[in-house]
Amino acid sequence: MSDKVLMKGNEAIAEAAIQAGCRYFFGYPITPQNEIPEYMSKRMPKVGGVYLQAESEVAAINMVYGAAGAGARVMTSSSSPGISLKQEGISYIVGSDLPCVIVNIVRGGPGLGGIQPAQSDYFQAVKGGAHGDYHLVVLAPSSVQEAVDLMTDAFDIADMYRVPVMLLGDGMLGQMMEPVEFKEQKGRDLPSKEAWATTGTKGKRRKNVVNSLYIDPKELEDLNIKRFERYKQIEANELRYEMINCDDADIVLVAYGTTARVANSAMRSARSEGLKVGLIRPITLWPFPVEAFQKAVQTTKAFLAVEMSMGQMVEDVRMAINGAKPVHFYGRTGGMVPTPSAIIEELKKILGGER
Amino acid sequence: MKKVFQRPEVLSDVVMHYCPGCTHGIIHRLVAEAIDELNIQDRLVGVASVGCSVFSYNYFECDMQQAAHGRAPAVATGIKRVHPNNIVFTYQGDGDLAAIGTAEMVHAAARGENITIIFVNNAIYGMTGGQMAPTTLLGQVTQTSPYGRNAETQGYPIKVCEMLATIEGTAYVERVSVDNVKNIMATKKAIKKAFQTQIDGKGFSLVEVLSTCPTNWGLSPVESLGWLRENMMPYYPLGIYKEK
Ligand SMILES: Cc1ncc(C[n+]2csc(CCOP(=O)(O)OP(=O)(O)O)c2C)c(N)n1
Ligand code: SF4
Repeated sequence: MSDKVLMKGNEAIAEAAIQAGCRYFFGYPITPQNEIPEYMSKRMPKVGGVYLQAESEVAAINMVYGAAGAGARVMTSSSSPGISLKQEGISYIVGSDLPCVIVNIVRGGPGLGGIQPAQSDYFQAVKGGAHGDYHLVVLAPSSVQEAVDLMTDAFDIADMYRVPVMLLGDGMLGQMMEPVEFKEQKGRDLPSKEAWATTGTKGKRRKNVVNSLYIDPKELEDLNIKRFERYKQIEANELRYEMINCDDADIVLVAYGTTARVANSAMRSARSEGLKVGLIRPITLWPFPVEAFQKAVQTTKAFLAVEMSMGQMVEDVRMAINGAKPVHFYGRTGGMVPTPSAIIEELKKILGGER
Repeated sequence: MKKVFQRPEVLSDVVMHYCPGCTHGIIHRLVAEAIDELNIQDRLVGVASVGCSVFSYNYFECDMQQAAHGRAPAVATGIKRVHPNNIVFTYQGDGDLAAIGTAEMVHAAARGENITIIFVNNAIYGMTGGQMAPTTLLGQVTQTSPYGRNAETQGYPIKVCEMLATIEGTAYVERVSVDNVKNIMATKKAIKKAFQTQIDGKGFSLVEVLSTCPTNWGLSPVESLGWLRENMMPYYPLGIYKEK
């Protein structure tokens, strides 16, 4: 089991979900995530699970709602335009306090956009693309191995706090082949679903109702407040990030997902040229690792956020820094990927006082 | 003393919010009686939709989920796939089922999803105050067809049973009405048959119940029953459209 196998990101994500105990998958084809449903359609019947190709992403997410409400470990996956369609269902899942995992292999947009990797759906994922007061827990792996390792966590966080969790990747992560190891995952002690899941009363308990409708505003406010208390716990317990070379850095790069790998190699080249560059890599995009920035801001002179977008995460970086140091941005979008040399050029401009 | 009339066990002991004379209440009761007689309450999961029946999760004493507008068949699919031995039903209005939820309905039918849909057709959007529905009749005046529904600009009312009958995956499709005692008895029989179809594992079942909305039709409850008979029944003929 702990041998390394060469796998495409999408397939590895699907296999990791199955190994995390996911037995229900509802999806709809869209590039660049097709290998996830394809893999699920092959594997689910072999492990006694269900794969269902829905008539749309709208239907798929509502099937997820039904299955999650029935107490199952359930997942769906899609890419940007499909995730837009899922927003209604996501809001209802949040409002009914249901756990599930949503994989989003982002592509360029807006509209039909393109099929190349992008990070232009950060706002949608992190700030709430659907209606109502809520957060999604958003996990952003930067390698196939990390995606695999995060999958059990994704399901466990969902079950633990009764929230939907989004695994946010991009076309590059989904399509690249990397050696991966499926480690024995411990899993956590999770609360029972008996008190709320619609399994049929079996004549043994009062009825369970899965619902997000509350006509009384006070009741609805109270429920929102309670949900945000759970978000507070998530912020306290589930923060994940990586800080590299920040202690002596004059400038700190900030990047997540596959862009963080490009930023990492830019950092290493810059260091070999004598530039003191560090890197903060948020792994949880919500909750955003503000504490990493509070540490780095003590010593460094500036930050450079790098994204495959016109600048979205950079807003959270600015909020975390709160004006204490300059925050610069470099991005490519529409499916274009930043190169290490372009990042180094930006670093030099900033350090040379051109910016 | 023998009780000759009592509330079905699966019907909650609460006051329903329906307008006086609205036939939603009768249909709830018929669904509940069918469930009691089939003794499936303990393994039943219902799905409430968005419309006047949105609170049906308060009215049925079984596990319930409340679905987004039109998505009840997809939600029911999720539940049924997780618990194939549960009996899963949705309760939907015409706007919910035949407009915003058309895709979810048709594809649940196409998959032969082993669920039961109770489809309440009152030819109007009740909850939002009487706008035109996909089943609103030609010439019918509503809040958004103030000059009467005009085929040229507003198209034709959808015949759900006729459409579903053409789909291979449907096992039982019947249209009934609750305008008089005889038809009410027939409605209960149809609902029972639909649940039995699911119990027998035969696949998708749907009962369309022609229903009234006195409030938004602007008629008394009794006039409404007459309007249903004279206007809805000719366009939406009663009968079994599919039986496997
Ligand atoms: C996405 C969305 N769009 C619109 C609405 C508003 N809405 C609530 S009920 C309803 C129509 C319900 O009509 P119908 O299904 O015919 O049921 P009835 O009330 O007549 O029983 C609409 C449009 C909504 N809740 N959600
Ligand atoms: S508005 Fe119409 S459908 Fe709704 S409860 Fe009143 S009479 Fe019934």
